[in-house]
Amino acid sequence: MRRMSGFNLVSLTFGLAFLYLPMLILVIYSFNASKLVTVWAGFSTRWYGELLRNEAFLDAALVTLKVGLISSTIATVLGTMAAWILVRTGRFFGRTLFSGMIYAPLVMPEVITGLSLLLLFIGIGLDRGILTIVLAHTTFSMCYVSVVVSSRLTSFDISLEEAALDLGCTPWQSFRLVTLPIIAPAVISGWLLAFTLSLDDLVIASFAAGPSSTTLPMKIFSAVRLGVSPEINALSTIMIGIVAFGVVIFSLASKRATARQLQEERDAARAET
Amino acid sequence: MRRLILILVPYAWLLALFLVPFLIVVKISLSDVALARPPYLPQLDFAAGWAGVKDFFQQLDFENFTFLASDDLYWRAYLSSLRIALISTVLTLLIGYPVAYAMASAQPEWRPTLMMLVILPFWTSFLIRVYSWMGILSQNGILNTFLLWTGLISEPLTIMNTEIAVYIGIVYTYLPFMILPIYATLEKLDVSLIEAAEDLGCSRASAFWLVTIPLSRPGIIAGCFLVFIPALGEFVIPSLLGGSGTLMIGKVLWEEFFNNRDWPVASAVAVVLLLILIIPIVLFQRNEQKNREAGK
Repeated sequence: MRRMSGFNLVSLTFGLAFLYLPMLILVIYSFNASKLVTVWAGFSTRWYGELLRNEAFLDAALVTLKVGLISSTIATVLGTMAAWILVRTGRFFGRTLFSGMIYAPLVMPEVITGLSLLLLFIGIGLDRGILTIVLAHTTFSMCYVSVVVSSRLTSFDISLEEAALDLGCTPWQSFRLVTLPIIAPAVISGWLLAFTLSLDDLVIASFAAGPSSTTLPMKIFSAVRLGVSPEINALSTIMIGIVAFGVVIFSLASKRATARQLQEERDAARAET
Repeated sequence: MRRLILILVPYAWLLALFLVPFLIVVKISLSDVALARPPYLPQLDFAAGWAGVKDFFQQLDFENFTFLASDDLYWRAYLSSLRIALISTVLTLLIGYPVAYAMASAQPEWRPTLMMLVILPFWTSFLIRVYSWMGILSQNGILNTFLLWTGLISEPLTIMNTEIAVYIGIVYTYLPFMILPIYATLEKLDVSLIEAAEDLGCSRASAFWLVTIPLSRPGIIAGCFLVFIPALGEFVIPSLLGGSGTLMIGKVLWEEFFNNRDWPVASAVAVVLLLILIIPIVLFQRNEQKNREAGK
């Protein structure tokens, strides 16, 4: 489009400031020595110390991490399978229902998803705990994974698979040796998305969790309901730090991977001529 | 055979953990609240055979829905959710469009970085992003302290625990959902069309209104739905920033279930919310379909 005008520069600056300033303020105030939000009483790491001594938070973090790792892994497997079905298999009985069930959870309000799962768990007499949170998280995050993976599968050149089959691969071999390496970036992004969604979720986990299993978002929510807490500021800063670090690493790695792929393609083209 | 198993596993998972639970919600919304475990009646009695099933269906009724219609708390909650979602969507559009426009006008080598900066907040915890406003907006928060210091106001503003705080929260957390689809349409926009309009005598402003806005309409519509649909059922934002005075249906459902333990009414609230959501969801799907076909 056209060149950068003054107006564009202003709206970009304001937009990004709006997105980042609140988090920046949170980070700064996590180092505030005072318990009060507005009074700056000097730099201190006191709240980080108190946070690390608070075992309830550590336990909740452990539960969250466990749920996140298990549910995102199952969701990635199921979501990739679902994406494959949506893109590659032709008609089968109940196909419309299937694609409806993949897309509906994406727009379903969390309170309804949570309520319905809780009613199911009670109905079948399943004790609520880590298992039920994992089941709940897997169900909604597999749909996100399948959307991510199926968009990659649609743009994928099917003749590569056909070539593998013609050359004597079994369908499973052609998937493992041809398809999977090509869709791997999408599968990894899907896993990361599922993991983040699981770490982030408050509403569905609150419905699905029993009294003995509290996740970190549930813990944070009950702590901040009544107002700002310096310990939560410290916890938020740690979480923002982890995400920022992870995103930088991931984008560097994917940039390097793309560069390598381009290089390989160039080498291959040169070898042919 | 293998293909069948491949289809069956995710299919069965979604049936068992998405469709069946939803049918249970519908069923319980037709039941009556009772002092029992689980706290509703009737219970399906398979042991009584066919007579038990028949008996069960006869006891289901629409009582909870007539109750929702007669109690004005629910009416007001649905209407104020619709109003809050609508106003926040418009505000998000007004803030998001210029940002998306500026991103699309930036140097091509800057665009991936700008895009990453817009997406990055999405990866940080939603709850923390909402929470970050509590310290800013409260009575003795950073915003008030700053405004009092500059002398712009002499009394602290009451923003926290009002609807204004909810608008700010929704705009803040859903802004990337508005920016990205608009940016995607603006980036593909052919500059020569705008130049042609200007050559033919349009002013820059009218070229913007007559060419840029209509061509970016698919992105605007997609962005608006992506903000409106989740905002309607929002729970975290009104309960952290809205205080007790803000009525939103997600919060009502939560309280009906956890505080009043009235499962049938909570289920009925959920069913009605979903019925309201079906209209925007279908419109959104149709818009996406049209975009896909136009893209081909």
